[in-house]
Amino acid sequence: MKVVLEHLTKRFPSRNKKDKSEVVAVNDMSFEIPDGKLVGLLGPSGCGKSTALNLISGLETPTEGKIFFGEDDVTKLPPERRGVGLVFQNYALYPHLTVRQNILFPLQNLRGEAKLPKEVMEEKVLEAAKLVQIEQLLERKPSEMSGGQQQRVAIARALVKMPRVLLLDEPLSNLDARLRLQTREEIRRIQRETGVTTVFVTHDQEEAMSISDVIVVMKDGVLQQTGKPQEVYNDPDNLFVAKFLGTPPINVFDGSVRGGTLFIGEDAVMKVQGVADGPYTVGVRPEAFRVRDDGPLCCALETVEVMGRDTTIISTHPAMQGVSIRSVISAEYAEGVGGETVRFYLKTAKVHLFDPESGARVRFAEAEAL
Amino acid sequence: MNNRSYKGWLYLLPAILFLGAFMVYPLVDVFVYSFEEGYNSASQSFFGTGLYNYGYVLRDEYFLRALKNTFLLVIITVPLSTGLALLISVALNSIKKLRELFQTIYFLPYVTNTLAVGLVFMILFKKTAYTEGLVNMVINFFGSPSIDFINGPYWAKMFVLCFYTIWVVLPFKILILTSALASVRQDFYNAARLDATPKWRVFTRITLPMISPQLFYLIITGFIGAFKAYSDAVAIFGIDLNAAGMNTIVGYVYDMLYGNGGGWPSYASAAAIILFAIVLTITCINLLVSRKHVYYV
Repeated sequence: MKVVLEHLTKRFPSRNKKDKSEVVAVNDMSFEIPDGKLVGLLGPSGCGKSTALNLISGLETPTEGKIFFGEDDVTKLPPERRGVGLVFQNYALYPHLTVRQNILFPLQNLRGEAKLPKEVMEEKVLEAAKLVQIEQLLERKPSEMSGGQQQRVAIARALVKMPRVLLLDEPLSNLDARLRLQTREEIRRIQRETGVTTVFVTHDQEEAMSISDVIVVMKDGVLQQTGKPQEVYNDPDNLFVAKFLGTPPINVFDGSVRGGTLFIGEDAVMKVQGVADGPYTVGVRPEAFRVRDDGPLCCALETVEVMGRDTTIISTHPAMQGVSIRSVISAEYAEGVGGETVRFYLKTAKVHLFDPESGARVRFAEAEAL
Repeated sequence: MNNRSYKGWLYLLPAILFLGAFMVYPLVDVFVYSFEEGYNSASQSFFGTGLYNYGYVLRDEYFLRALKNTFLLVIITVPLSTGLALLISVALNSIKKLRELFQTIYFLPYVTNTLAVGLVFMILFKKTAYTEGLVNMVINFFGSPSIDFINGPYWAKMFVLCFYTIWVVLPFKILILTSALASVRQDFYNAARLDATPKWRVFTRITLPMISPQLFYLIITGFIGAFKAYSDAVAIFGIDLNAAGMNTIVGYVYDMLYGNGGGWPSYASAAAIILFAIVLTITCINLLVSRKHVYYV
């Protein structure tokens, strides 16, 4: 089931009753979620991603705009008739019911023609439990299980009624680091096996990048960019997206283009074509740096961190924004690094130019490293 | 005794002294009195020991009447007041406008003096030479003859007593239940809503189990409170409850000690111990039943 959002806007009245102004949680958002894909809704806290999810689930009604499931306009449909499964951030498992009863709960609500015989219900519960691999925990209460197990039960409960769309609100935020890695693979597997269109909300870009078919980046209620994770990472539309994606984060410099040459500070680093002269904000991915004795970008060396396969060189440059520059280099090239300074040249594909005022991306036609 | 536990006992000492002097000692004393025949508190003498006091009390017509009154009061008021409180709390919880106003109104009886309220009830229900009373005026309006609620038939008096008791205990129960309802996380309701759960099922399968500890607390304390009822009856029927036929067990105990000159501490003690046994039994049954039905987070 594909999900289409059309010019979706949600405004909340201000919490202060006397203040007539409104808070715009979601602002004119339009995008299409293809059928059977796993979509990561990504953004910093308070960017409206959870509101967007609640709009899809029907728990919130949009101020403006429309929502379609396939060809059906569900904008006015109450949540119980939309056929969505929602996994809450804190799972919202009924604490007084066992796992079996929890998963059974949605099925027991079916009335009229949809009503199922008892055996079929039991079968479906077992099937859902097997899918998330908790069939040996069916008689436990939620409080007797780990966070990861509770998460699986919550997913099973959301899936047992065969929803048209599965929604997950910050599904991994309550898990510890190791479990988070494991569970996100699990979500990916379950989504693949069921083929259900899935939207999950997260503020963790790594999480979204690692398992999504499509990511949707939001900021202040406004959609910034959508696309395949790697495409968005490689080709960000603006400085916010570039900064938000990637660990370690992108390095940002004050730069300028003068006569077809890109300067970072006073260091001429690249020849670029197709951009006007003027000041630019320059984003350089950590993996864009290459060490070379006569490299054009001259930085003051701070420390060298060796972590297994890769080496991170931390340095400073007069034109940088932020505290330091992090560059990730293959260990073999980092052997000679030492002393007061380190000199780099840059891989052109990993260097992006942005308008210093608006932050919008300025794409160059061709570039050549110096 | 090592140093740490010595310190612990030292900190507990004031509480132990007070509880011992004013709770444990009197309790034991009452128990002892109840087995001493004809105990006289002035001369500190008695004739003998045995179950005579219990035999007397259990054959005493006044005690049996008090026992019947108390049981009726308990059986009628505890379920009714708890059920009503639940109904009102759920209603309060589901409205947004004027909620605070209604909460205040429902809470007023709690901060009002029992005897003052009793007086108001008397004015509402009492028939005198000068007036029929407000309630009777309403009854007359519908074409029925007046009923004397204060000095009239037994069922009418029982009705007033139950009505009054329920009205007095309601505010506290509403207070506890509204806060219990408000503490149920909205997520559970959202989850139920997404699963198209019928309203009644949401109430019985989610709301009730979630507030079951508070509900259970109210039922237990309600039982205990109703078994110990006394002042309510006095407020409506005056101090000679035996004459009105509306005495309660605690009222009987009081009468044995001080009523009509009093002076029967042995009988009073026996009656008190019987009441204690009844309350203990009911509470134990409550606890057993609750194991199955109360969910503690």
